Amino acid sequence: MSERWIFGLTMTIVGMGGTLVSLWLLSVLIGLLKKVFPYHKEHAHPKHH
Amino acid sequence: MLWESVLAALGSLGGGVTQLTVPHIFMIAIGCALLYLGIARGIEPLLFVPIGFGAILVNIPLAGLMGEEGFLRTLYNMGIITELFPILIFIGIGAMTDFAPLLENPKILLLGAAGQFGIFLTLLLALGLGYTELESLAIGIIGACDGPTAIFVTSTYAPHLLGSVSVAAYSYMSLVPIIQPPIMRALTTEHEKKITMHTVHKSVSRNTKILFPILVTLFTALVAPMGVPLMGPLMLGNLMKESGVVERLANTSANEIANIVTLLLGLTIGATMEAGQFLNVRTLGIFALGFVAITLDTAMGVLLGKLMCFASGGKINPLIGAAGISAFPMSARVVQTVGFQYNKKSHLLMHAMGANTGGQIGSVMAAAIMLSIVSGMGLV
Repeated sequence: MSERWIFGLTMTIVGMGGTLVSLWLLSVLIGLLKKVFPYHKEHAHPKHH
Repeated sequence: MLWESVLAALGSLGGGVTQLTVPHIFMIAIGCALLYLGIARGIEPLLFVPIGFGAILVNIPLAGLMGEEGFLRTLYNMGIITELFPILIFIGIGAMTDFAPLLENPKILLLGAAGQFGIFLTLLLALGLGYTELESLAIGIIGACDGPTAIFVTSTYAPHLLGSVSVAAYSYMSLVPIIQPPIMRALTTEHEKKITMHTVHKSVSRNTKILFPILVTLFTALVAPMGVPLMGPLMLGNLMKESGVVERLANTSANEIANIVTLLLGLTIGATMEAGQFLNVRTLGIFALGFVAITLDTAMGVLLGKLMCFASGGKINPLIGAAGISAFPMSARVVQTVGFQYNKKSHLLMHAMGANTGGQIGSVMAAAIMLSIVSGMGLV
């Protein structure tokens, strides 16, 4: 197999696979971030006295 | 003596006409066509107007605007060679983007990943057509559907293709409302098209919105450090927006800086469209491959959407997969329009916005990974 095709297939496998895995990991980290800092309605709409 | 002097002076006038060739005329016509599309048709005017005019300027013989001391060369060296222009634009884009729909449902980032398949498949096609490795990289990145990313990668690895790749990228991005719907309709069943998704509830705290850009930057730095020049500025812009304490900087980035750089970027892209470099069969090939890239992005996004639909028990409408590209917010609106045509109760816009912003991050991440792999393989 020529070097060009080795380059192309490497880029496709590692590149696409890497993109999928890294974005999946990022989605997990965002989920964790939301658990650590949950949304509270009171913070969004603070009551004024 | 006087007569000779007058003749010599007259001879210097009209040099633009005597040196004008058919390729120059053709490229000036292309510049005019871009102006027409931008001004009369309203298609990406912010870019097509300066690109079109830049293309006209650079194809005027003897003007020397891209010569060593030409002002277009100065701008090119200042902003393209240094990669400064796309980076500054990214700060503005980050300051304009609301990632809340994505943060509401982070799983949608996977659609942003699927929307980048076109990059890699097109890269393979380009290799098959005889383009070099680095040229194929630059052509494949059209599939990122992201102007600054395409410009950044192309100016680094194949600067001689910058004109054709940029014009192809921005042209196809503006054609998303035409390219995507037939693919979306062909790949989804009648039932899938009509799926109604749950209403998006606010579930993202201010702290999450502020920490998100920092998290993404650090994550990119660990996974694909060569991509930090792209992801970092995007996230800086977003951090400025979400922090709420540097409103002036965020507004300036989103408006004045973005506008100035867009003008200069457009002019310099146009300046690379000199007849000798642009008019060849390879440019036609780039345009054809760019079309393939975007159709593959759409198809793979919808197919992953179908998989997620199946996995979620029919809760996800596969149409939103088409928004997993970086053409924001146009692609999200296309999804809403197509979904609404089949089910008047279906409001997919916020979900599609999430996928669209996921596509923004996905395209930059894909480019970051590509840059890191190329560096690791020792090609540059």
